[in-house]
Amino acid sequence: MTREILNARRLLCPLPVIRTQNKIKEMRPGARLEVICTDPGVMQDIPAWCRIHGHTVLETRSGDHEYVIVIEVGGAV
Amino acid sequence: MNIQRKAVALISGGLDSMLAAKTVMDQGIHVEGINFFTGFCVEGHTHAIREKDRAKPKRNNSLWVAEQLGIKLHIVDVIEEYKNVLINPKHGYGAHLNPCLDCKIFMVNKARQWIAENGFDFIITGEVIGQRPMSQRKDTMPVVARESGADDLLLRPLCAKNLAPTLPEREGWVDREKLHDFSGRSRKPQMEMAARYGFREYSQPAGGCCFLTDKNYSAKLTDLWQAHGHKDYELDDVMLLKVGRHIRPAPHFKLIVAREEGEGRFLQGYRKEFVSMAATSHNGPLVLIDGTPSAEDLYLAAGITARYGQGRKAEQVDVKITDKDGAERTIQVKPFAKELPQEWYL
Ligand code: SF4
Repeated sequence: MTREILNARRLLCPLPVIRTQNKIKEMRPGARLEVICTDPGVMQDIPAWCRIHGHTVLETRSGDHEYVIVIEVGGAV
Repeated sequence: MNIQRKAVALISGGLDSMLAAKTVMDQGIHVEGINFFTGFCVEGHTHAIREKDRAKPKRNNSLWVAEQLGIKLHIVDVIEEYKNVLINPKHGYGAHLNPCLDCKIFMVNKARQWIAENGFDFIITGEVIGQRPMSQRKDTMPVVARESGADDLLLRPLCAKNLAPTLPEREGWVDREKLHDFSGRSRKPQMEMAARYGFREYSQPAGGCCFLTDKNYSAKLTDLWQAHGHKDYELDDVMLLKVGRHIRPAPHFKLIVAREEGEGRFLQGYRKEFVSMAATSHNGPLVLIDGTPSAEDLYLAAGITARYGQGRKAEQVDVKITDKDGAERTIQVKPFAKELPQEWYL
């Protein structure tokens, strides 16, 4: 299972979502993407974007002013 | 066999575009949303940074609207291309540095390219005749359609009945009778429509979505252009205008003073691009210095830095100056004692 990491630190809303969206376009269904951010807004926005586009958020965690979201790419991009 | 027609709706996050999309969705059209990020959109930015705003919900309104509507949303980064719109607006600026008419033309043009690439049939916007002074007047609305190249592929469902029928109407993809005839600044019809659809919560409509309509922000941007001697800018330049207190004691340098911890953390990320300073003998904010300050200017800046910290009343404060390459030195200064001249504040 491929797992990629996207560094979206220091980017502010909506750039982390844009980078996630563009990265996922290049990935295959079932692959996983770990997005690392510093903008707390991503905890709302990236899951919302995933719900709209049919991807699954497997995990969210935060600590030390960083926010990590692990996404499994869905079928319909 | 009926062909499933597809439209892309420009979703700003406000109520109008939400209702426009919904009106067309109700006619069986497949709708997806598109949202353009210019670098000036008012979303989570400032409250994502500021500690005091941590508790506020930080949702992105356009994503939220799309989710309410149950449609996909494509967020497109247009930061680079938008520079040309802002720097050189053919139709000029609005009340502040908002080039609304050129901005609308640009966005509809981008949507036109998008529908061509993605096999969609037409474009929807939430525009209403007479609602905005610049881009939504009876005489400027055709300008948007024409100069964007979208022509009659551009449908404005909220005021369509006041405009000539567009291709989707003429072809019978949408029923013109079920479109609306809103006009003017009153938002009552939109409110009523929202209530009918059960949209109880939506972001503040009109005007609040863009920093370029903000007087203070525009003043800071004008100052930046003057100081740089040109209007070109990087995303970081315009992002920093949203953060901290900006103080310009002289044309060739300014200070960006963090107002609180969250801003300080954010400004930390720019320490390789600016000379920075902070008091070390007392608690105080991180300060970035933009421009080309002389040694004497740095002394003055250190005095101001000290003034914003807990050592403001001390006889002497140690201020550490860090160069872009990380080289550090500490100087001792007397905090700037007087009120800063009003004209220094941007
Ligand atoms: S308010 Fe800002 S985003 Fe909206 S049309 Fe004007 S310039 Fe463009």
